[in-house]
Amino acid sequence: MATDHSRTAARFMISPAVLLLLGWMIIPLSMTIYFSFLNYNLLSPGMEEFIGFDNYEFFLTDPAFFAALGNTLLLVGGVLLITIIGGIGLALLLDQPMWGQGIVRILVIAPFFVMPTVSALVWKNMFMNPVDGLFAHAAKALGFAPFDFLAHAPLFSIIMIVAWQWLPFATLILLTALQSLDQEQIEASKIDGANKVNRFIYIVLPHMSRAITVVILIQTIFLLSIFAEILVTTNGGPGYASTNLTYLVYAQSLLQFDVGGGSAGGIIAVILANIVAFFLMRMIGKNLEA
Amino acid sequence: MGSITLANVTKSFGAVNVIPPLNLEINEGEFVVFVGPSGCGKSTLLRLIAGLEDVTSGTISIDGADATAVPPAKRGLAMVFQSYALYPHMSVRKNISFPLKMAGLDQAEIDKKVNGAAEVLNLSDYIDRRPGQLSGGQRQRVAIGRAIVREPEAFLFDEPLSNLDAALRVNMRLEITELHQNLKTTMIYVTHDQVEAMTMADKIVVLRAGFIEQVGSPLELYRSPANLFVAGFIGSPKMNFLTGAAAAKYDATTIGIRPEHVSLSDKEGDWKGVVGVAEHLGSDTFLYVKLEDGTQFTVRAEGEVSFEHGDTVYASAASADRIYRFDDKDIAL
Repeated sequence: MATDHSRTAARFMISPAVLLLLGWMIIPLSMTIYFSFLNYNLLSPGMEEFIGFDNYEFFLTDPAFFAALGNTLLLVGGVLLITIIGGIGLALLLDQPMWGQGIVRILVIAPFFVMPTVSALVWKNMFMNPVDGLFAHAAKALGFAPFDFLAHAPLFSIIMIVAWQWLPFATLILLTALQSLDQEQIEASKIDGANKVNRFIYIVLPHMSRAITVVILIQTIFLLSIFAEILVTTNGGPGYASTNLTYLVYAQSLLQFDVGGGSAGGIIAVILANIVAFFLMRMIGKNLEA
Repeated sequence: MGSITLANVTKSFGAVNVIPPLNLEINEGEFVVFVGPSGCGKSTLLRLIAGLEDVTSGTISIDGADATAVPPAKRGLAMVFQSYALYPHMSVRKNISFPLKMAGLDQAEIDKKVNGAAEVLNLSDYIDRRPGQLSGGQRQRVAIGRAIVREPEAFLFDEPLSNLDAALRVNMRLEITELHQNLKTTMIYVTHDQVEAMTMADKIVVLRAGFIEQVGSPLELYRSPANLFVAGFIGSPKMNFLTGAAAAKYDATTIGIRPEHVSLSDKEGDWKGVVGVAEHLGSDTFLYVKLEDGTQFTVRAEGEVSFEHGDTVYASAASADRIYRFDDKDIAL
């Protein structure tokens, strides 16, 4: 219902914010693109020279790249699977009327407030440590040999840690979705003869589909760039077993001082993330319409 | 099939007693309307019959079998909710076929029944749309469609017309009444609107604070209300009540007279007053008269009447047998 005049005014007034955001994105991006075409090593400053696509060729033919790509997808997919299924389960449980509901809900949210480095260290030293960790004690108490999670199942361990952090987020969003479900619909389905399982499949789950979409989209954005948990637990190892793309870019540019190669890796990660985003939007974006 | 009996049914929410012991017989094929002011327990009563709430004590029998502990799905009843409670992510077809699918019917039979219901309710053109794309009246019809495909023992309606505009409400009222005449299935209908109750019911149950005040056909309630509450609730505009000397003349604590049973004169009559507002509807004129003792008195005059604001008028009963007398306990004499 806006008039032409007010529309012009609106455009004029949001333009500073748009320009700021655009600059914020364009400047680092163009710097990175520029660096990715240079032979730029921090150990030999002042020796930068233009080398075309050599950095890209180097990065894409590196066996570590494919390992990291696979790990990134496993990490994102694994965490999404655990948090969505676990989140729906927890949301259904928390939606039941019970004593102390408020406190329980706050406790469930708590892991999300713990910063990634801290929670990863807690998991590494208090739970997964093969000598002093809780899991090692539990295994010994049951007569099994302790399992060194971070050495023998590094990616799985990191998936567990990250899933633990993101489960509260998924639970929270899905719980609010669950609470907005019209009770009369539930009652109607009871009269229509739907049992608990059918009610979940045909009424509750479709109602939550939009929230699930939101959780998948937001979590994918953040999970593609998981870094702190890897740095403080496994350092990407053993070998490249727990290196994802973000960590590989870091290793390239700051551990091997190859800024050019790292920048090329960064640009490749951006392109891959956009491909993932494109398919994600195609697959589930229609859930956000209407 | 489709008789429902409530015997000594009570319902309490915590310490609050919503339904005191209540007995009611609903016969097969009847259109029964529960009517009463909001908060009188009529919706609770319907939900007890549907099985959405558990009774605190007493028994509910459907077709002679005790159904008190039977889950809602097994009672063979269908319900239409005030908000329609359609499933928003399903098309009209899927909404209507949902109860059949839950009952495990095969697809061919489901299609046949759904198409039949859609035709009866004029929904065929919208069958693949979602509820969000339909108007209020169409949604209402989908909700009714979802109820009729199950061929239930009885239909339960919980204020189904309250979300519709006035014109549509009249239309749907006719459609539901017609549906009842075609299906001849027992229907229980909850409303706070006495016009709906009067126009649709075979039997009206007037409720107040969980108590049944009176049960009867619309005209029985209109002609011989059991007490002051029913007299005031049934009929539109509301019955006029007079107390004090005017009532004592008729040997009663309160007398009531309906607006349509009053005759007006500018010269003489029983009760003198001044015209406040005159609503000219063309076919009728409603006059709100302020009597000398301050009582508001409504008069319905047929056709166009020449009285205006500020005129002094005399009202009297059109005939003496149209005066309702009530004792000091508000019970009709």
